[in-house]
Amino acid sequence: MNSNYNYAFLDEGSKREIRRSILKAVAIPGYQVPFGSRELPIGRGWGTGGIQLTLSLIGPSDTLKVIDQGSDESVNAVNIKKFVCLCTDVKTTIDTRDATLIQTRHRIPEIPLDNGQILVFQVPIPEPLRIVEAREEATKKMHAEKDYAPMWLQLYESLVKYKKVTIPSEYPCMVEGRYVMNPSPIPKFDNPKLHKAECLYLFGAGREKKIYAIPPHTEVLPLAFDDVPFERESFLGKKCRQCGSENTYLDEIFDAQTGEKFYQCSDTSYCLEARSHVSK
Amino acid sequence: MYLNEAPELSVNNLVVRYGDGCSDCQESLEKNRCKVCGTVWAVNGISFDVYPGEVLGIVGESGSGKTTLMRSLYFDFIPTSGNAALRGYKGGQANIWEASAAEQRMIKNVIMGMVYQNPVLGLRMDYSAASNIAEKIIAAGSRDAGQMTGRAKELLEAVEIPTSRMVEPPKNFSGGMQQRVQISKALANNPALLLLDEVTTGLDLSVQAKVLDLIRKIKARYGISILLVSHDLAVIRMLADRTIVMLDGKIVESGLTDQILEDPQHAFTQQLVHSLI
Repeated sequence: MNSNYNYAFLDEGSKREIRRSILKAVAIPGYQVPFGSRELPIGRGWGTGGIQLTLSLIGPSDTLKVIDQGSDESVNAVNIKKFVCLCTDVKTTIDTRDATLIQTRHRIPEIPLDNGQILVFQVPIPEPLRIVEAREEATKKMHAEKDYAPMWLQLYESLVKYKKVTIPSEYPCMVEGRYVMNPSPIPKFDNPKLHKAECLYLFGAGREKKIYAIPPHTEVLPLAFDDVPFERESFLGKKCRQCGSENTYLDEIFDAQTGEKFYQCSDTSYCLEARSHVSK
Repeated sequence: MYLNEAPELSVNNLVVRYGDGCSDCQESLEKNRCKVCGTVWAVNGISFDVYPGEVLGIVGESGSGKTTLMRSLYFDFIPTSGNAALRGYKGGQANIWEASAAEQRMIKNVIMGMVYQNPVLGLRMDYSAASNIAEKIIAAGSRDAGQMTGRAKELLEAVEIPTSRMVEPPKNFSGGMQQRVQISKALANNPALLLLDEVTTGLDLSVQAKVLDLIRKIKARYGISILLVSHDLAVIRMLADRTIVMLDGKIVESGLTDQILEDPQHAFTQQLVHSLI
């Protein structure tokens, strides 16, 4: 551990302020709590919201896992892990079940999390209404008055134009029938994992200076018309080329030389584990 | 109209003022502007009723406060003072300008329909015509996409826009078509009161005739109360049962349309009627 810095890099006052914002966010599920986003040795927009949540929550007894689009080994995930270890000395893991604190970018692990675990999301744009209203002043009012008609209109317009809802990721959800929330850019495949979950989900947007949360057992439903049900990505007839899983979110990989398309699990630690079971 | 009938809309002593006003305002007005403090009294103490199924015409020259009056009723801005009651909102017992934001949205989307002179104000030009109508239905609380599409088809047919064009945005349409989309949008939730602000101004004569004909049909078919603002006396003569004449933010004359046009009493109305080509 580098002793030139305070434990977990941020000073104790900052960590306390962030934890206070987290408590407020947990108390009002889906509501975006403003917070004083701190400077970090990483540019804003590179996961600083998630990192600040992780740093202010982490303690010596924690085990950390960091994933980027499901992968434990991507540059972003590895460097965030290194940074946190540099100033905390916590244990790290790639096993989803062993981790007490998981920081993620754009995926929720395939293995369901339990109530001792916290999943921290890195959020680029926390405001779900931004696509229909550019002004923060107006979106705040819309949330306050629960005026989500423009959002529904956006969905209807895409039904009229393309006969289906065309939002690929960041699919807006209604939290406990009150706040419309942006689940960060997770695929629609992961949306159902937010609903009535066992674990605590925390969302941090460093550049936009917002924190929000989904506490365990919260109702989180994707916006959908009564007669047009919400649909996830379908991988029907496809399976992971490495572990053979058919029920996971698959990445499509294209081999430019042979022109072949492969599919493999985006959650790399799940894939590793599934393979070790197969080989036994 | 019976004497004991409750009005659909009742406006009482409406004032819309731009500026702080002063103690000399009411004595030193030059048209509608105070010479002392420069305050403009756009609407200056107006009261009227609209009864169920009635078309009330409002005429007056530019700057007489007609549009300000309409926009206040549609919550585009909140007036300085005065109150208005709608039969469909708390039984006509409450002032609509004191309603909460959510209630005001309900009033706008369910009880009232508005057609602006400029379609840009009333339509989302980049969204399809169908979505423009659905917007109202969504705001009224429906989450059934099939029902929205059905209603949009029905309304667009009623205003003679081919349903094959319902997926197109109104920015692709001609001025007359845009105005007809606006009318169908205003009718989406079967409102009790329709506000029409200079709907035919700026359209050529044959299109004007079509839009006027449509409004007549709507009146006959749905029995909606209509508040119709126009500076065009021909439009007023054709559609309005009763008429109010406005000048400098005040009502100078009111009565049956025929009466006002045949036997105008106020000097301004006389001038207005005689200047009719």
